[in-house]
Amino acid sequence: MNLRKSLRLMVVVGVAALLGTVACTLPEEREPVKQAVKDTSGRKNAPEFSLKDSTGKVVHLADYKGKVVLLDFWATWCGPCNIEIPWFTEFERKYKTRGFEVLGVSMDDDGWKAIQPFATAKAINYRIVLGDDKTGDLYGGIEALPTAFIIDREGRIASVHVGLAARKEFQDAIEQLL
Amino acid sequence: MRLNSFYKTAAIALGFAALMGAQQQMTPTLTVAPVPTVKAQKGAVAVVSLRAVLPPGFHANSNTPSDAYLIPLSLKWTGGPLEADGITYPKGTMEKYSFSDKPLSVVTGEFTITTKFKVPASAATGASAQNGTLRYQACNDRMCFAPKTLNVSLSLNIE
Repeated sequence: MNLRKSLRLMVVVGVAALLGTVACTLPEEREPVKQAVKDTSGRKNAPEFSLKDSTGKVVHLADYKGKVVLLDFWATWCGPCNIEIPWFTEFERKYKTRGFEVLGVSMDDDGWKAIQPFATAKAINYRIVLGDDKTGDLYGGIEALPTAFIIDREGRIASVHVGLAARKEFQDAIEQLL
Repeated sequence: MRLNSFYKTAAIALGFAALMGAQQQMTPTLTVAPVPTVKAQKGAVAVVSLRAVLPPGFHANSNTPSDAYLIPLSLKWTGGPLEADGITYPKGTMEKYSFSDKPLSVVTGEFTITTKFKVPASAATGASAQNGTLRYQACNDRMCFAPKTLNVSLSLNIE
């Protein structure tokens, strides 16, 4: 291998190693991914679902038509979800009168036995429904929690937040949509 | 020609880098190394260690998580001729994550779970299997993944 070829290979390997290092940076070293509210033309309809709340009442997404909805897929065993829950509780209180609601979709396998004491302990003030894989699949397959969708008044997905996001990202999106 | 070759090499290298990045976003899978056939003497004790590995950047709760809501690492032996007589889990390390106010008891990387089995005197001689499940729930610093249950199986040779 001549010198020029060796140098070229070293440069390529060096760049690839650098990119690989950046790509593989441990999650704790990464900044939360920013998700802007999509333009109305880029928004897709949020899939309809029917899930039960703690009283057994069937809740449909269509029930929320005309409101801005923060649809939060979460679980009691999910630490990052616990960070966001107090924010969502505050948003529910602050924006409810302006046509905003949080709807929590719990993915707990143990159902209400796990959810109810948790919701009480955390003073969750918004409606929770028990999710299932079918609903998760409708939303693209919920592999990681928390995953939150902010849905506009026309029932379209305006932003998606996978993993722990910044409080301001949610607040900005909600205020923009209200 | 030389330039073409350069671009090809660069494309392969960049593809590799992208793949490595994508892997970090995928659901983490705990892998358990195969265990050599366990030779067990009737009426005696057999000690078996399972060596498990979590990918870098992820953690699972230890067997004694810091919070009652968290799902512990748990090994259960569900079928086979041996009687489990104690399971020793790795001691969790206390790690602080951005989503928790206090450090959490977790396992990361490679760890070992050891089971002490009693071999009944009445066990049938020869080859058999001991089956169980290993349940874990993994997270990284920003997100958590649904609990998973792995099937584990030991090949036995009872003498």
